Amino acid sequence: MTPRKNWLPHPILTPILTAIWLLLNNSIAPGQILLGLLLGWAIPRFTLAFWPERVRIHAPGRLLHFAGVFLYDVLVANLAVARLILAGPRALRPAFVVVPLDLTNDLAISLLANTICLTPGTVSARLSVDRRHLLVHGLDVESPEELVATIKTRFEAPLKAIFEGSIKC
Amino acid sequence: MLSFALTIAFALVGAAFALSFLRLLKGPDATDRILALDTLSINAIALLVLLGIHLASPLYFEVALLIALMGFVGTVALAKFLLRGDIIE
Amino acid sequence: MNIFVEILLSFLVIAGAAFAFIGSLGLYRLRDFYTRLHGPTKATTLGVGCLLVASSIFFSVTGEALSLHEILVSLFLFITAPVSAHLLAKAALHRQLPSLAVMQNNDRETKPEHSA
Repeated sequence: MTPRKNWLPHPILTPILTAIWLLLNNSIAPGQILLGLLLGWAIPRFTLAFWPERVRIHAPGRLLHFAGVFLYDVLVANLAVARLILAGPRALRPAFVVVPLDLTNDLAISLLANTICLTPGTVSARLSVDRRHLLVHGLDVESPEELVATIKTRFEAPLKAIFEGSIKC
Repeated sequence: MLSFALTIAFALVGAAFALSFLRLLKGPDATDRILALDTLSINAIALLVLLGIHLASPLYFEVALLIALMGFVGTVALAKFLLRGDIIE
Repeated sequence: MNIFVEILLSFLVIAGAAFAFIGSLGLYRLRDFYTRLHGPTKATTLGVGCLLVASSIFFSVTGEALSLHEILVSLFLFITAPVSAHLLAKAALHRQLPSLAVMQNNDRETKPEHSA
């Protein structure tokens, strides 16, 4: 490990921790910013053993775009689920669907599972042992193939571009 | 007008509490009860935020944050127990 | 307080509480565990999210400074709600709870034991 890596092991985590500290205190006084930066530097430095891998973001622009798509989908999915619940249990067509995964990065897989849980009427239920398939439960599924295709193009493709780059490594 | 809206909101969240509590009593499985407890903790957060607006006091925010933390840890611990507890029979 | 702000706040408060109510209604009303799981994880996160946005606006307007720490609670809920839903679904599959769902018959490994 190079000295620079040792000194600042997670360059992305530091600003996030600082922002959380400032939000927690609800102030942007200079002293709080300083303390936040200190904590943001010290916490990743001393918990290095828990985070062996470095997070790399290959496409920051796409990350923002993905966040926008995600928030929009959360809103739409919530309205859809609310309507389904009000319509009553008889109208539902629940189904289990297996989604084959192209992702290999652990963080990307967990983000995908979380995104699936929060968006279109689906909950991710189980990841297969070899991390190649994700079992998804859908609340109202019209056609399983279409659901798998939507998940793959809408969520998995951008996550793959963001965390693994375009070239498979 | 805001106080009127708050009254309706309190009633709705109270009804949500009642429904989750009924599910907690009914079961039928332990996972249903854990889910009901998780929902109750989220409803408690909603109630605390409403109370904070109603009393115009920012103090309740910390309580809501703590309940969010504790509810999550509790749910994960119980779910883990179900996953592990059945393996060792 | 400005009348428009008040209308916005009232709307957000009622929408948030309504979503929380619908989430619990789903929990009570639906028939098998896997469908019940959907209500609380979705409707409730958006419901609490709406209430927190309302709280943030309220304290920014009435207080002396911008109040943003409500974002932390919603951020935390957005991260944790799917995790607990996933774990509960996993526990339910492990306990082989009956499901109303139609099984897609491929891939034996990830398929849960179906007992309808």
